[in-house]
Amino acid sequence: MKEPLVRVSNLKKYFKTPMGSLHAVDDVSVDIQRSSTLGVVGESGCGKSTLGRTVLRLVEPTGGEVLFEGENIFKLKGAKLREVRKEMQIIFQDPYASLNPRLTVSEQIAEPLIVNNVFSDRQSMRSKVMQLMEVVELSPRFTHVYPHELDGGRRQRIGIARALALDPKFIVCDEPVSALDVSVQAQILNLMMDLQDEMGLAYMFVSHDLSVVRHISHEVAVMYLGQCVERASAEELFSNPRHPYTRALLDAIPVPNLSGRGKTRMILEGEVGVPIAPPPGCRFAPRCPNAKADCTASDIAAQECSPGHFVKCINI
Amino acid sequence: MSELLKVDDLRVEYSSGTAINKAVNGVSFSLMAGENIGFVGETGAGKTTTALSIMGLLPNETGKVRSGTIIFQGRDLLTLREQEMRKVRGSQIGMIFQDPMTSLNPVIPVGNQVAEVLKYHAEDNSKEAINKRVDELLNMVGIPPKRKNEFSHQFSGGMRQRIVIAIAIACNPLLLIADEPTTALDVTIQAQVLEMMEELRKKINTSMIMITHDLGIVAQVCDKVAIMYSGEIVEFGSVEDIFEGEQHHPYTVGLFGSIPDLTSSAKRLTPIPGQMTDPSNLPEGCKFHLRCKHSGEECEKLSPASYEIGEGHTVKCHKFKQGGAL
Repeated sequence: MKEPLVRVSNLKKYFKTPMGSLHAVDDVSVDIQRSSTLGVVGESGCGKSTLGRTVLRLVEPTGGEVLFEGENIFKLKGAKLREVRKEMQIIFQDPYASLNPRLTVSEQIAEPLIVNNVFSDRQSMRSKVMQLMEVVELSPRFTHVYPHELDGGRRQRIGIARALALDPKFIVCDEPVSALDVSVQAQILNLMMDLQDEMGLAYMFVSHDLSVVRHISHEVAVMYLGQCVERASAEELFSNPRHPYTRALLDAIPVPNLSGRGKTRMILEGEVGVPIAPPPGCRFAPRCPNAKADCTASDIAAQECSPGHFVKCINI
Repeated sequence: MSELLKVDDLRVEYSSGTAINKAVNGVSFSLMAGENIGFVGETGAGKTTTALSIMGLLPNETGKVRSGTIIFQGRDLLTLREQEMRKVRGSQIGMIFQDPMTSLNPVIPVGNQVAEVLKYHAEDNSKEAINKRVDELLNMVGIPPKRKNEFSHQFSGGMRQRIVIAIAIACNPLLLIADEPTTALDVTIQAQVLEMMEELRKKINTSMIMITHDLGIVAQVCDKVAIMYSGEIVEFGSVEDIFEGEQHHPYTVGLFGSIPDLTSSAKRLTPIPGQMTDPSNLPEGCKFHLRCKHSGEECEKLSPASYEIGEGHTVKCHKFKQGGAL
């Protein structure tokens, strides 16, 4: 196997809270190959956004490492770190909140270029901005309008143009389409997949929507309370889910056809807890239909149940 | 089956300063007792406005019903005085709002919020009877009654929505309107809430209008489906017509083409080009024609009528005139 573009190993991010330490990301290891997409799914509070942010070192980790092209980004400093940061970008969830309301579209897109001193003359910067607008299919008539004049889909295109401005190799996409209506969501998903094909981008696609994740991802990691409970190729994970949480998650999704009508679903009891000072063992055990005493006895290691398919469950 | 609700040619406008937003433009449908209709569409399609009109909850200053009738149990709700409407709202028609974080009062214990409905509408509104009923309702929605003195912020999103549902069903309404009841919830919690709603609906035998943007939810729980676009019902039919039928309105086709299917791995979505129409500046003719690949001369000038293409299956598109098809 080729060396991955990004290798996340044993990454941990704990937050201090008055009630104890909150294990937002706990010992997560994933790889992201060049020109491919890793989907990260899970429910609110499972740590998927924190994972995305820690991988980019937007927050400092508690432990573990992230190798970008073989280099541990947590060890880098100064100019070297800034160099690597250009290669790793992020697209945020809410296109209404993530843009500066006082900058026009072209100023928004030019911002990363200005910050990084990419161009010395205005003319070449302007042409780069226009080129980026063309890439994300924003018509030139929007050059001088402000974000509030645009709808969600167009705003998200600005977010994508900003992320692309420095020609990155890797983009963390944090719920990039969940604020959009389905017809616009489909346009943005198609755009992102086209950009990946053309520019060889690698994505870490964080989302709670399993159908979207299945559509765009090559590999998928399922998270539950800070831990990655299952990881496999998209094909394998959706056709042969092994972890009870993944199964319940897949079963809970209402599918838009009549085959699932009247079928008894596997309904999970209870709600997602909070991983503050979590007890050892499987964090899903309190809701798991197959839980045994052993599940909470000690921490569970991920095992490879078939090549490339990792599950964190002792009952497999 | 008897007809419970009949909405005919409902038109609603919002005025904001100089602009007039035409939110609902001639919606007609009827709901039989015990039926569950799903209203599907994107933001701005007029789903919530239709629901608010039935409830008589349109904002006073800005929202206006321009024309139409809403016949509920033989009476036109639009002609009722506010005092009479209050007797209908909450008792015969219950509503579940989208966002459980904002639809509960943060400074009143949740039990008292359930009790409030009973105080106004229940036949026996003695303290003991109400208390007993509150406990019973909380049990029905899976909230331990001992938590009734807590405030809404002490509950999770799914629990709050259960409380909102308890309020909505408190008086065994004939009609339940659910406006995106699970949109703010996680999928496993959504599954719990949807299952509970279905059970309760069968238990108290109520009809339902389910407003959602999620075709998956409609496929699982509804009997009939209304697809809305720009304040109109562009297609109406049974779930079988909509999900398994051959012929559809071009917008319905676009909507289905836009959702990634969990059960197949098609590599590319086929979205609808362009953006939603602006309700303050609606195009002439068919409101979808600017985004429609089948659009012709007629579509630009004339608003299409609804054509019946199967029993109870109607499509609002010129292409289906005189037994035509796409």
